[in-house]
Amino acid sequence: MLKTIIPFGPQHPVLPEPLHLKLTVEDEIITDVFPALGFVHRGLENLVNIRDFQQMIQVIERVCGICSMLHAMCFCQGIEEMMGVEVPPRAKFLRIIWSELHRMQSHLLWLGLFADSFGFESLFMQFWKIREKLLDINEATTGNRVIISVNVIGGVRRDLSGEQLRSMLSDISWIEDEMGLLETTLLSDYTVKKRTVGKGVLSKEKAFELGVVGPTARASGIAQDMRMLGYSALGQLDFEPVVGTDGDCYARSKVRFQEVRQSINLVRQAIAKIPEGEIRIKIKGRPAGETVTRVEQPRGELFYYIKANGSKNLERLRIRTPTFANIPALLSILPGMWLSDVPVVVLSIDPCISCTER
Amino acid sequence: MFKMTPNVIRNLLHKKATRLYPRLIRPAFENVRGALFNDVAQCTFCGVCAVKCPSQCIAVDKKAGIWIYDPFACVFCGICADICPAESLHQQSEYRLPLAGRETITLKGEPKQKIEKTTQIPEEENDDSKD
Amino acid sequence: MRHDVTCVSLEALVGEVAKIKVQGYRFVTLSCVERDEDTFDIFYHFDKNLMLKHFKLSVSKGVPVPSLSPVYFAAFLVENEIQDLFGIAFEKLAFDYERTFYLDEEVRATPFCRFTVAKAARNE
Repeated sequence: MLKTIIPFGPQHPVLPEPLHLKLTVEDEIITDVFPALGFVHRGLENLVNIRDFQQMIQVIERVCGICSMLHAMCFCQGIEEMMGVEVPPRAKFLRIIWSELHRMQSHLLWLGLFADSFGFESLFMQFWKIREKLLDINEATTGNRVIISVNVIGGVRRDLSGEQLRSMLSDISWIEDEMGLLETTLLSDYTVKKRTVGKGVLSKEKAFELGVVGPTARASGIAQDMRMLGYSALGQLDFEPVVGTDGDCYARSKVRFQEVRQSINLVRQAIAKIPEGEIRIKIKGRPAGETVTRVEQPRGELFYYIKANGSKNLERLRIRTPTFANIPALLSILPGMWLSDVPVVVLSIDPCISCTER
Repeated sequence: MFKMTPNVIRNLLHKKATRLYPRLIRPAFENVRGALFNDVAQCTFCGVCAVKCPSQCIAVDKKAGIWIYDPFACVFCGICADICPAESLHQQSEYRLPLAGRETITLKGEPKQKIEKTTQIPEEENDDSKD
Repeated sequence: MRHDVTCVSLEALVGEVAKIKVQGYRFVTLSCVERDEDTFDIFYHFDKNLMLKHFKLSVSKGVPVPSLSPVYFAAFLVENEIQDLFGIAFEKLAFDYERTFYLDEEVRATPFCRFTVAKAARNE
């Protein structure tokens, strides 16, 4: 049987960012995968030499264009831990509200792209219509649609008035109703099931061994979510991770759909429990020491290692994003599949390559 | 066939999901981080904005009283507007309009004195302002 | 630091990591820090039930480090990245990109090192 090598990417209609896979194909079935990265490598970690630790917040927000607030939150939490700064409680709740809105926005983006990957463009448009409402909330409360730039070391920059919170609650109810209308279309449709059930199966043992994180791992049965660590205000909110059992593309999309619902629930709880108080405290001095912080990004576990030596610039900043941990999983699930299933499977791990190769 | 009938009726009776732009333009929200504007009459040329800017797009000459800003390097984060002690930097609600060429905005004022005459206050399509 | 950091030596590294794997730890990542002109610190991070465990390895420049990919296959990506950016050589990598993972072929200097000497040309 003759082998053909087909390049998948770096430009592909289904990929949000460039990723290159060399697929060795024998008679329409894939036998081997070889990944290649490096198309958007910007070397952002090295900017710590030039920008001081407070200017780095703006650099770090721009590592990813979809989940930018969580990067900044993780960095600020790490520096605050190193300097021994305690953030006021109202700021913690505000951070949780904005980060859960961010998670909803990222999952809705993915759900739309997922529907587009097997050609269901009208469902893609409906998901992004809901996402526009979230971006309007962001713009009205923080000033920008996606890169919202509200985190600073010591708290947040903007406050939410009572009227803004009430209008947020009514917008969220609208979002919940619209998601209810789309649930049967995404999860019970015959064609969608034919394209996704049983494709790209990742067993629980293999997922654990490869170090897979996020909804990709939770859909295979591993009940691990960094929000269980209880960072920021999450210790005071009710939270259970959403877990699936099958480990195929259908389970992953179901987990992400339920996570949007779970985020709606978390935002409602946070708005009900938010205390009064100040939103920001002044910080003095410079960070020194080493620390490791983790936060749950929409795609999984975000890991920051920060080392500082008391000067204005940090010494080392190491970012490990969840897609970096999920790419080896692709190498184990793709062999044995049909060539036409590759776009759906590659998209189901939610690749965010600009995060991966900051 | 009848499974779709509630959907069809709902779609016919509901208002449109899209806005008929450019006939109907949504007004900008209040706190939007748009174009940067410096009221040079209030500016004391202390230089804090130039030190704190993450993209280093502001340059301040304290002695001569000149404030130079590159709107194409600016990321509109608003850090300068937050910390300005003289409260002369603001962000407008409209985004910077597209320009045909790369231009910097240079403003001249009187440092640390009562201002009797200042030069051009920037509009959005400003070019290299002269004295 | 309140984190659980254990120092390991070059020879004992793969043995310790294999023991960790049997205990059920998940591989998180590697971090590399350039300590001074001729040493690197490599941290290995593992996780079990939301508790982190770290190993620390100090190597001098020019000394090859054994790779973790026989034990944890997923380590090959981050080891290739460290190879590109810091110039450390890893032995027995599962997939070896030979310093073209992020960088182009003609790049010789290591971008993330402060004290660096351009590496000698790779033999093709």
